[in-house]
Amino acid sequence: MRISCPQCGERGHDEFAYYGDANLRRPDPTRPDAEAAFCDYVYLRDNPAGVHRELWYHAHGCHSWLIVERDTRTHAIGAVTEARVPAAPPVEG
Amino acid sequence: MRYSILTLLAQAATGNRHWRPAWRDAEPKRAYDVVIVGGGGHGLATAYYLARVHGITNVAVLEKSYIGSGNVGRNTTIVRSNYLLPGNVPFYEWSLKLWEGLEQELNYNAMVSQRGVMNLFHTDAQRDSFVRRGNSMRMHGVDAELLDVAAVRKIAPFLDFENARFPIRGGLLQRRGGTVRHDAVAWGFARAADGLGVDIIQNCEVTGIRVERRRALGVETSRGFIGAGTIGLACAGNSSRVASYAGLRLPIESHVLQAFVSEGLKPVIPCVITFGAGHFYVSQSDKGGLVFGGDIDGYNSYAQRGNLAAVEDVCEGAMALMPFLGRIRLLRSWGGVMDMTMDGSPIIDRTPIDRLYLNAGWCYGGFKATPASGWCFAHLIARNESHQFSAAYRLDRFAAGRVIDEKGQGPHPNRH
Repeated sequence: MRISCPQCGERGHDEFAYYGDANLRRPDPTRPDAEAAFCDYVYLRDNPAGVHRELWYHAHGCHSWLIVERDTRTHAIGAVTEARVPAAPPVEG
Repeated sequence: MRYSILTLLAQAATGNRHWRPAWRDAEPKRAYDVVIVGGGGHGLATAYYLARVHGITNVAVLEKSYIGSGNVGRNTTIVRSNYLLPGNVPFYEWSLKLWEGLEQELNYNAMVSQRGVMNLFHTDAQRDSFVRRGNSMRMHGVDAELLDVAAVRKIAPFLDFENARFPIRGGLLQRRGGTVRHDAVAWGFARAADGLGVDIIQNCEVTGIRVERRRALGVETSRGFIGAGTIGLACAGNSSRVASYAGLRLPIESHVLQAFVSEGLKPVIPCVITFGAGHFYVSQSDKGGLVFGGDIDGYNSYAQRGNLAAVEDVCEGAMALMPFLGRIRLLRSWGGVMDMTMDGSPIIDRTPIDRLYLNAGWCYGGFKATPASGWCFAHLIARNESHQFSAAYRLDRFAAGRVIDEKGQGPHPNRH
């Protein structure tokens, strides 16, 4: 599995650290249902069999946080973007 | 047909022409009292104990592929009960007790071999933590022995004791642990369940769960709708996918774990040995191949294969512990999809949907749990109450703050 880092080019995935689902958004702690929302945020996952938007950190490279679209059935990698540029509207909860 | 030395001799005398299939290739009926989704070890064991212990025989086990195609045929065959936490120890010890009597119970040779499981430690701090775990085991009535270097050397003289970075300081040994022939477990439970009237339906993939007024009514499958009084999910790596058919999100990520087998050697490794400074565990099969594995690859995956980085990591662990392995060729490697939970412990519980039960989250330790998982899940389905040994494996423990985190890693499935 090779990931095309926008800074460094195509590198082996072992240069990167994995941090899971990139669609999660930290809930607003002042929400009345914040406790349940945080429980979902910390513990529950969609875990799709198919395209997964996920966070990878280029630990042994440029130290960028990346959002990688990867098919969990085949490990085929699609778009790679920098995490600091909002790529999609935030999903609450 | 009951297997014995007499049936073996009778079949041999007649040219082995009269063996019958070990279980029927059942056609699905329109409805069952209980439908188990997933024909792996856990699903088959659940069906067997439902019939054997609770007298519920109108049961179907639905398997999307063939029996033995999933994780029950893909693991490194290790059984043990050397856990630390009170929520875990009685459950895994009950599983080991069931393993000890399993072959007589099922009338099937599963090659249960209590050759011992030896966990090596390499530092004083690690020794302390192993002493603590051994004490916890002994307080629960489980066997555990702390070994010094001389005792380890007696069991496994070929280890790299004076390794500059990871010298071996001793080990924690559970003599009753060992290995079991994994496919035979699937076949033995399938045959025994079938003999009690359970329908084992292969090539029957569940594509939906029919729910009305928050009550499960049956499953849509590739072979039509099958009604069910009760549904039990035992879908391992596909648990999130199948649970999503009923609108549930689980505290689970699916990850790939690889395992390896070497070319056959003369007997050299007498027990299961684990490396304490990396993640590497090895045993030798009766055919002579070394069976070993390490960490999961670390990213979400439903592919039953992994990448080379994990292969390299496992082989580095192997070389650090047993340098002689460098001369041995790998024969095969393969991957299985693990249902990794947020605390590294499993779930055997009701769900928010009435008559829908969940058995999932076995991480990469599900094989050793097979009989107790079936035992406790059957108890839950038959009586609608948790068995005492699986009482801690609640689905709501994450919200309630009662997680069972053996490794103390927090809610990161790829670190357990």
